[in-house]
Amino acid sequence: MSSYRSIVLVKQVPDTSKITGNAMKEDGTINRAALPAIFNPEDLSALEAALEVKDRFGGTVTVITMGLPKAADVLRECLYRGADRVILVTDRGAGGSDTLATSYVLSQAVKKVGEFDFIFCGRQAIDGDTAQTGPQCAEKLGIPQICYLTEIIDVKDGTATLRRSLGAGWEVVKTTLPALITVVEEANEPRPQAAIKVMRHKHKRAPLEAAEGETIAPEDQIEQWSLGCIDADPERCGFPGSPTKVHKILSIVLKKEGSVQVAPTEEGVRGMFSELVKDRVLG
Amino acid sequence: MSNKNLQGEVWVFAEQEGGKLHDVALELCGKARELADTLGVQVGAVLPGYNCAELAKPLFAHGADKVYIVDDPNLARFTSMPYARAVETLICKHKPQIVLYGATPLGRDLAPRVASATRSGLTADCTDLQIGDVFEARSKQEYKNLLHQIRPAFGGNIIATIVNPEQWPQMATVREGVFPKKEADEARTGEVIEEKVEIPAELLVVEALERFVETKKIDLKGSRVVVAGGAGVGSKENFQLVVDLANALGGAVGASRAAVDSGFIDRDHQVGQTGTTVRPALYVAVGISGAVQHRVGMQDAAKIIAINNDPDAPIFSVAHYSIVGDLNEIVPMMIKAAQERVVTE
Ligand SMILES: Cc1cc2nc3c(=O)[nH]c(=O)nc-3n(C[C@H](O)[C@H](O)[C@H](O)COP(=O)(O)OP(=O)(O)OC[C@H]3O[C@@H](n4cnc5c(N)ncnc54)[C@H](O)[C@@H]3O)c2cc1C
Repeated sequence: MSSYRSIVLVKQVPDTSKITGNAMKEDGTINRAALPAIFNPEDLSALEAALEVKDRFGGTVTVITMGLPKAADVLRECLYRGADRVILVTDRGAGGSDTLATSYVLSQAVKKVGEFDFIFCGRQAIDGDTAQTGPQCAEKLGIPQICYLTEIIDVKDGTATLRRSLGAGWEVVKTTLPALITVVEEANEPRPQAAIKVMRHKHKRAPLEAAEGETIAPEDQIEQWSLGCIDADPERCGFPGSPTKVHKILSIVLKKEGSVQVAPTEEGVRGMFSELVKDRVLG
Repeated sequence: MSNKNLQGEVWVFAEQEGGKLHDVALELCGKARELADTLGVQVGAVLPGYNCAELAKPLFAHGADKVYIVDDPNLARFTSMPYARAVETLICKHKPQIVLYGATPLGRDLAPRVASATRSGLTADCTDLQIGDVFEARSKQEYKNLLHQIRPAFGGNIIATIVNPEQWPQMATVREGVFPKKEADEARTGEVIEEKVEIPAELLVVEALERFVETKKIDLKGSRVVVAGGAGVGSKENFQLVVDLANALGGAVGASRAAVDSGFIDRDHQVGQTGTTVRPALYVAVGISGAVQHRVGMQDAAKIIAINNDPDAPIFSVAHYSIVGDLNEIVPMMIKAAQERVVTE
């Protein structure tokens, strides 16, 4: 078997299906503490794609996430599913990063990991649906991007043959490696956590997760990198490195007047329809 | 790119596929026209492709003053790197102040790559674009005539305005249907500018081997009636109720993102900020709470019926007809009433 080195970029996201009222702070950024944090679903598909390459063609899987120390949760989940190495990039200086600054930080971290064949990331994260970070990382690393992977057809001789979604339809492409690939949910069924791996890795923590005065044994430490470790220019990270600024946040006032209350009965519904026919809304 | 060109044009990426322009490119030309008129500058369309000179005409008819054509066999089909190179080269040469892209699968693949190369800001899925001034309290700086990129913000009932004060061009993606396509003015003409962009071999490493393009199965944007179901419908099986009501009313089937995420129906049916924006004569929201991301995609419907068992659901704030109750009882009544109506007519 050959040995393909895959890097997976993952994000811990607030569970947008559980949005409650005051999740925004005054400066327009999200108060993540107010929502349960989960593994971004399509990043789980990206991890699965990397594990699939490892299973079918041989190799290793390294996972990188950028976030608060708490984001080490998703790294542990990666270990439970079969990742070989996980890295947390965390630094106050990265707070407030837009997608451009985020992709800069992630691409610096990738460069520090060293040579690779694949980068996999989810198509998009559910807290923004922007789908921008993947392509921006590819550009910064000067490698091709294949967006919307649905199937890994073959990997050999330094190339990958992949099926990707076109929205309406699909395309089979062949790319040279290294390449960055964004993965959609339909691509695979992420494997469950393996009990034996949970046992092995459940004590792993990033240094910043330690309680005050507590030390984490070296074999239980999750690698933790600051911006300094990855040679990142502070001017290109966080707020200074983000060209997009939130100028204004407007709360929408909901109003109810003007709405006709229709009785939930056959007569009510019929009456509504005849009115719509009279108004020529229905033919 | 931080050198700001206040006289810069407003650009639209003219997405085409097999010699056909994407509708969203024409929709954006109309919006770009408005923005450019406010700024007193011209509208440019960037058209990478091969043998596509024909497509300049509709771009002029929808508001472009100039069409920059990059005609190259290597651009016959979309691949990310050559297309990005073409667009970023023209941006560096002509310094537009604004660049708009359709938030299509292709546009969302291309635009971020260009934004990274030009180090400019990019805001995804804007639901409105305006020109306005911005006063930055921290630096006490006043910025005139910035592009206000407006979109629902994550986390409740909020709309955020995003600006890129320094790093231009100001770039944004917009979903199909957000700006209605204006009527074509066939008499309008403009200037065709042929551009040559060098595409080195190292950008040509992705090869398309096989391709299958589906004809669009549904036409949400063009339907007079849209019946949309949400998470409240409960299951894929029960979603048949929504389909049946749509059929009884002769309409298309829409869905909320939660319904799509739950696997009740395909993503092409999603209505909202990151789906399609619709303006039908009648929109029926079945078991949809009415989150802001959903409302921005349907609130301009001429008439809205909302069915929800929670009297406080935000969807009722945009509804013309509010039915508070269990959709499992109400929808069958509606199907029956709609069918009777057909019979009696
Ligand atoms: C970046 C981003 C982009 C997004 N883009 C979109 C988008 O494009 N489109 C979109 O729709 N959403 C979008 N969302 C998601 C949006 O915020 C909401 O989560 C989603 O619209 C909720 O869908 P829903 O109304 O179906 O589900 P819910 O909010 O769960 O509402 C279900 C409703 O059904 C009602 N109900 C339950 N049972 C019954 C019954 N038996 N009879 C009657 N009523 C019943 C409930 O009262 C409730 O109001 C986006 C979110 C983010 C963060």
